[in-house]
Amino acid sequence: MTTAALAVERPARATRVSPLLWALPPLVVLAGFLIYPLVLVGVQSVTNEDGVRTLETWRSVLAAGEFHRAIGNTVLIAGAATAGCIVLGTFFAVVLALVPFPGSGAAARAIDTVLAFPSFLIALSFTFLYGAAGVLQLGDFLYSRWCVILAEITFYTPFVMRPALAALTHLPAERLAVAASLGARPGQVLRRVVLPEIAPAVAAGGALTLLLTLNEFGIVLFIGAKDVITLPMLVHSKGVVTFDYPSACVVAVVEVALSVLLYLLYRRIFRRKGARGADLVP
Amino acid sequence: MLIWSRSARWPIWALFAAVFLVIVAAPLAVLVAAALATEWNDVLPGGFTVAHLGSALTGENQASLLVSLQTAAVAGLAAVAVGTWAALALAAAPRWLRKGADGLLHLPVAIPSVVVGLGLLVAYSRPPLLLNGTRWIVLIAHLVLVLSFSYATVSSALTRIDDSYAQVAASLGARPALVLWRVRLPMLLPAMSAAAALAVALSMGEVGATIMVYPPDWRTLPVTVFTLTDRGRTFDAAAATLILLGATLVALLILGRVSRGRTTTGVSP
Repeated sequence: MTTAALAVERPARATRVSPLLWALPPLVVLAGFLIYPLVLVGVQSVTNEDGVRTLETWRSVLAAGEFHRAIGNTVLIAGAATAGCIVLGTFFAVVLALVPFPGSGAAARAIDTVLAFPSFLIALSFTFLYGAAGVLQLGDFLYSRWCVILAEITFYTPFVMRPALAALTHLPAERLAVAASLGARPGQVLRRVVLPEIAPAVAAGGALTLLLTLNEFGIVLFIGAKDVITLPMLVHSKGVVTFDYPSACVVAVVEVALSVLLYLLYRRIFRRKGARGADLVP
Repeated sequence: MLIWSRSARWPIWALFAAVFLVIVAAPLAVLVAAALATEWNDVLPGGFTVAHLGSALTGENQASLLVSLQTAAVAGLAAVAVGTWAALALAAAPRWLRKGADGLLHLPVAIPSVVVGLGLLVAYSRPPLLLNGTRWIVLIAHLVLVLSFSYATVSSALTRIDDSYAQVAASLGARPALVLWRVRLPMLLPAMSAAAALAVALSMGEVGATIMVYPPDWRTLPVTVFTLTDRGRTFDAAAATLILLGATLVALLILGRVSRGRTTTGVSP
């Protein structure tokens, strides 16, 4: 009798006491390796090299022309790349799902594979494709913002295509057939039926792409254009090229503020709508 | 079906093919061609050689490859362990904690990897813990960056899994540890192996945080590829990248085989 009572009681008590304790170890890992370093980045940004608290670093970094150019480049590149990804990702998804051809499944998988590659791979191949000595011989195109934007579009298109494709599989084929039988032309069906249906998924994918392109580093680093300095590049050059930690930290704080703001916005909008297609995981 | 007439589909397919070739196929084809070319001063690459591939597998480059593989293995394993732990623990936690911790665990996705690296540099170049200059700081950076993805993979699988198996096991008198070991973890195994694959793929290609923190004796392959391009040795860089992709692919295949072998013996959902 007592043993039976114990057997029933034990799991119940174990699950009641421990949830908070059990959640602690992973949170300690995160606190030690992510939160604590980020807090110190903030502290370092207001501490000069002699250990004195000062806003001098902030003043000089924010006033510098290179910082303004970096912000401009970062926002312009991220915005243009995201717009390109949205257009291209939607186009790919619509063709693959609604105008399929033999081998469209393989094409979809090929586009998806790009996700598993490191982003710098694209930049590296661009040096052969668009470099001064290479396939297209476009001269200085390689070292322009447009090349960085094109590389980012190449790499991030799957982030929009995948949720759009997932949304299209939920679209009943009958709805398109009915629209067409009522006399709607393909362009009308696309605008009035298809695009409204996949708009939330495309928006979620686009928001994620915007976040990731704002933070993109590998592509910009590998293309190595001297005039195309972005915020992550500035953090890198100040941090480990000139070893000016306080200035690097100022730029990092600005970057994190920008990204986290966007990220919170993204979570707020898309978690509520339950647009799961644009989640981190397939 | 959006376009009903067959003749109208052709222009769309042609446009798709053109864009697909330029955007997806060309970069990959060019990389492979460059890795195998002696020179490239024209539209097509010059002579064929395996010398670049050979140099990518010897000396410093080989050392970097091994460093990358070890980093991916350690960081991936740690990330899956911590991520699974977090997913399981938070599923049982009160709502406020779950929401807050979930946001925190996803944070590394939102933060630029360079900043993660800078933070580790600033925090661990001073007492109490001096890790700057050791390989640990690289491993930690990779762990932080891939943790979000492994946590997200496992926790989304957890919401899809039927909890009644675990409840039945508990009602039959199995202790929590036994339920975890014999029911919950075996059911999560496919998700955990997917998380491991994602972690390994991401870690093998990571460059932003690594380039901030790596010590001279623990240089990953992507960083080596960057130093090669920086010195103008782009063909060697292309070959090393190809090796990196190949090694990642092999690692993923092995991982897939190991987890498939396991799931057939375990409880499958």
